[in-house]
Amino acid sequence: MNNALKTFTNGLLKENPTFVLVLGMCPTLATTTSAINGMSMGLATLFVLVCSNVVISLLKNLIPDKVRIPAFIVVIATFVTMVQLVMQAYLPGIYDVLGLFIPLIVVNCIVLGRAEAFAAKNSVGLSALDGLGMGLGFTLALTVLGAIRELLGGGTIFGLNIFPDNYGALIFVLAPGAFIALAYLLAAVNKLQKK
Amino acid sequence: MVYFLIFISAIFVNNIVLSQFLGICPFLGVSKKIDTALGMSAAVIFVLTLATVVTYLLQMLLVAWGLEFLQTILFILIIAALVQMIEIMLKKVSPALYQALGVFLPLITTNCCILGVAILVANGTEKLPMGAEHGMLTGTLFAFATALGFGLALVLFAGIREQLALAKVPKAMQGTPIALLTAGLLAMAFMGFSGVV
Repeated sequence: MNNALKTFTNGLLKENPTFVLVLGMCPTLATTTSAINGMSMGLATLFVLVCSNVVISLLKNLIPDKVRIPAFIVVIATFVTMVQLVMQAYLPGIYDVLGLFIPLIVVNCIVLGRAEAFAAKNSVGLSALDGLGMGLGFTLALTVLGAIRELLGGGTIFGLNIFPDNYGALIFVLAPGAFIALAYLLAAVNKLQKK
Repeated sequence: MVYFLIFISAIFVNNIVLSQFLGICPFLGVSKKIDTALGMSAAVIFVLTLATVVTYLLQMLLVAWGLEFLQTILFILIIAALVQMIEIMLKKVSPALYQALGVFLPLITTNCCILGVAILVANGTEKLPMGAEHGMLTGTLFAFATALGFGLALVLFAGIREQLALAKVPKAMQGTPIALLTAGLLAMAFMGFSGVV
């Protein structure tokens, strides 16, 4: 039980994929124009991460070592296609906003990284928990970054008005703001971790 | 003229790294030295152009057979196979070029700007300047120009980081945060080009 809990919280805090490992930067920067967009992207990745971790853990003894990376990529791409089709059908609005970054979950280093580093060596249950922890950590990071950019850029969080939107600095919703907001967020995390 | 505009648009106005957020990993990862940045850029230019042509043709087959839903899976496999093939061919044909690009080739499969641009061009959703029609030639030029834009951003960034290594940076900002901040300023400079095309 202790082990399971440790695996789960590992991804959430100690090895948070965005803040600590600094992986998967493309979706992190591109889709966090608002808190809700960031969260949707995080949840889509979470689903792929959990499913691919479970399947790869189940198949780990069947996949020959030499072709394991292509095999992992095929498994991941299958789940990404599923997410893509489901979102296209039921959440067309969000699908249009995230657009290209849904198929690009395939090349997100976090997913392949966890498959290689964790799922290929551990049991199904632990792999699922690891995927869940990592996915939630990623979702958390994207939501926080999205909320910060939305607040500074337009004065809202999750569409909720905090201050009048003409006080917002539009730059935070645009490309440079993504880099700058994430830079300060990482610096803050660094500072807190050292203590 | 339109072809010239494609280059201006893809390199400066819609720079792949600084305004489209594709290929951030190599942008942050291999930008510590100008030499390695140049090598990586050359490899990306090579692979991206070739991959876009191949996936464009594949997409025509997929559409003809009504199998568009297989796009993501097939594209990533094709790109992975293509990279491997280029590596083997370079080794045989041009050992000198292989020496220069060899280490970067395996890294390219997971570079999201390759798959990203391939999907954009295959779906006909790439950002073209006014007057340019979507097609194989414009798609290929777009891919080539995008890769050049990636190279430009990477080399500029590497140049800045070489200087940055000598600067005094607050402890919490060291490493990735200051690199991201620099990239943010670079992105702001590139924003000046918006509206040019």
